[in-house]
Amino acid sequence: MSNFTVRRPRPLSPNIQIYRPQLTSVLSIVNRITGVILSFCAVVLVIWLIAATTGPHAYADVQGAIASWIGQIMLFGCTFAFFLHLCGGIRHLVWDTCHGFELRWIYASGWTVVAASVMLTVAAWVASLFMAG
Amino acid sequence: MDRQSMRSPLARAIGLGSAKEGVEHWWAERVSAVALVPLTLWFVASIIAHTGSDYVTFVAWLRTPLATILMILLLIALFHHTALGLQVVIEDYVHSGAKFAAAITVRLGCFAVAAAGIVATLRIAFGG
Repeated sequence: MSNFTVRRPRPLSPNIQIYRPQLTSVLSIVNRITGVILSFCAVVLVIWLIAATTGPHAYADVQGAIASWIGQIMLFGCTFAFFLHLCGGIRHLVWDTCHGFELRWIYASGWTVVAASVMLTVAAWVASLFMAG
Repeated sequence: MDRQSMRSPLARAIGLGSAKEGVEHWWAERVSAVALVPLTLWFVASIIAHTGSDYVTFVAWLRTPLATILMILLLIALFHHTALGLQVVIEDYVHSGAKFAAAITVRLGCFAVAAAGIVATLRIAFGG
């Protein structure tokens, strides 16, 4: 079948870098990146549950790692990633009902996702710090 | 069986697509997403409420029937959604022979970690 010794180079679409970043494209890739980040968070959740099963010492070790400053920074990032993916996901579910495709609604819902994610992240941490006393 | 398929009758008649199960993947991703909205919000709210709680308090909370059931449902929906999402990411970006290895690893890994999480939750719930 393949008599070609040299493979003909396939045509490539322009590299994504030549496009000016727009809210639409940035939020699209953000939804995917946050999804991958949250996959790791899901594994950490299970490690945390296993630690709780193992006993108070293992649980204290995991809690200690989360309470460290690097753990807190990562947890803050994960919280923001969670709310971005949640709000972005709800935006996608609305699109799935064939609503919100007019350009101005695309941008309105996009900025709503950004604003809601920031506010929910701050609210969650304020509530958490309040609970910690 | 066809009656439960989310594929439209026209799409079935034309019969395009190599695996003919793209719609099922798409639909499962949506169903798990809808389940995850309340489940993850419950989880985040519960974690916030337990900031600073000690081990005994946390375990006592997870042993309540509602928390046990919701945690298990969360793990099922979460890892189902994760497996579906990561599969698409792999299909889009991995073009070498590693694609199949990566797809299989992610799928089996999600099953394994979900099972570990469910067993851990049950052990806390029914443990001595």
